[in-house]
Amino acid sequence: MARELQLMKGNEAIARAMIASGCDGYFGYPITPQSEVMETLMAEKPWETTGMTVLQAESEVASINMVYGGAATGKKVATSSSSPGISLMQEGLTYLAGAEIPCLVVNVMRGGPGLGTIQPSQSDYFQSTKGGGHGDYQLYTLAPASVQEMYDFVFDAWDIAFKYRNPVLILSDGAIGQCMEKLYTRDYVPRWTEEERRANAPWGTWGKPATRNHNIITSLELDSARQEVFNLKLQAKYAEMKEKEVRYEMLNCDDAEYIIVAYGSSSRIAMKAMQMAREKGIKVGLFRLITLFPFPTKQLAEVAAHVKGILCVEMSAGQMIEDVKLATKCGVKTEHFGRFGGIIPTPGEVLEALENKIIK
Amino acid sequence: MTEEIIIAGFGGQGVLSMGKILAYSGVMQDKEVSWMPSYGPEMRGGTANVSVIISDERISSPIINQFDTAIILNQQSLDKFESSVKPGGLLIYDPNGITHEPTRKDINIYKIAATAKAQELGISKVFNMVVLGGFLKLKPIVDKQYIHEGLEHSLPQRHWNLIPQNEEAIEIGKGLIEAVQTL
Repeated sequence: MARELQLMKGNEAIARAMIASGCDGYFGYPITPQSEVMETLMAEKPWETTGMTVLQAESEVASINMVYGGAATGKKVATSSSSPGISLMQEGLTYLAGAEIPCLVVNVMRGGPGLGTIQPSQSDYFQSTKGGGHGDYQLYTLAPASVQEMYDFVFDAWDIAFKYRNPVLILSDGAIGQCMEKLYTRDYVPRWTEEERRANAPWGTWGKPATRNHNIITSLELDSARQEVFNLKLQAKYAEMKEKEVRYEMLNCDDAEYIIVAYGSSSRIAMKAMQMAREKGIKVGLFRLITLFPFPTKQLAEVAAHVKGILCVEMSAGQMIEDVKLATKCGVKTEHFGRFGGIIPTPGEVLEALENKIIK
Repeated sequence: MTEEIIIAGFGGQGVLSMGKILAYSGVMQDKEVSWMPSYGPEMRGGTANVSVIISDERISSPIINQFDTAIILNQQSLDKFESSVKPGGLLIYDPNGITHEPTRKDINIYKIAATAKAQELGISKVFNMVVLGGFLKLKPIVDKQYIHEGLEHSLPQRHWNLIPQNEEAIEIGKGLIEAVQTL
């Protein structure tokens, strides 16, 4: 299918991008506000076209372990869920990271803690970037802010996942998941042939030829000396991501006296607040995080050096602000503004917070 | 041009689909659009609303709290959104079931008796298109031909036979809308 203009929900864009990007398998379990991902996959029946497998598992725990099994063979495998379901997947995620298995996980966040609410939230930042499971591991974490990015980041996710042999997380929320916007679809990327898979995932458990030893997929290493060496290897991988794979967007930061730092749907609200502030003559810029891990530490620090204050906007009680303060070494006045429990702040509230917490 | 619209009423009135048809028509006319629903436990009988933005420029926030136009289809929505219309903005409501009329003095107010008209003509299924017609009469932000394309993209192909009926309903709405208060 050629490039085409459509109107669709963020969740639908994720599903269509999976099919179009040559995904081999999806395993998931329904949960609001991301159920349209599997609904779209089931309606599209990609098993009849690209041969992609789509399976509703019995739980999120089963889903992530099916991802582990499928992805261990070097296939492009994905799952998606929303916050409570992603919590159930944390054990699987640390195993996947520990076994260095590329895969794609999508979290369309809702308000917590616990079952919380089905409305949008961004309170899973810590879980996503500080390790929701145990051990020293990181997920490469992308935060889409539009339906187009929901689609495009699925394609990007495979590149990163296989380049670094690491799970990739697309961290979205109910607002972007449920919102409909214009979307340009891309040409289909065919699923890998057997030969391509073996070339792209030589470590996979796709059968042992006589020419090499067994490929073993495990996160278990009982020899502590070897486990330490392995941990150092992981850390080197994350350091390389920090060096090469940071993504962010700056709007009006050049002449800004104040900046708002935000990601995902909050960054859209912040963009409107920035426009409102500029109309009032207040020089505000927007620093939008695209990767949450790796965090754009250096780039933010450079911008922060020239401003009088930073407002962090996140639909949480204040999680991302910790990384902002670390990046700027608390060198500039920094405050958090957020609503949580499923309440979306309005652009007016953001502007008011900027004026009351930072400018005054 | 940027038009920020809230459409609010009961679930089952076609609030979300009216927004979708409007948004898709905007896409067809090469506008930037966003369609942001209230989602969740709303269903037939509950309240439902959707914010639609149609613009010539990149849309910043699809989530907004001030609107150029509010299209209101029940009392709860009138109570909730009357105060959210920008000064000088437009409020359109269907008087069906309305017990407290809007009171703002700084906005344009129109009413469209779409529920009654649709019942009279036996076209209750396209009631929402009557309302959309009323809106487009006042703010022709998308052209007729693109509304047709918007309907084609919003409706499954098996329902394309209903497109002429939808278009007729839009025309009926254009004739039905009446001013209550203009600035």
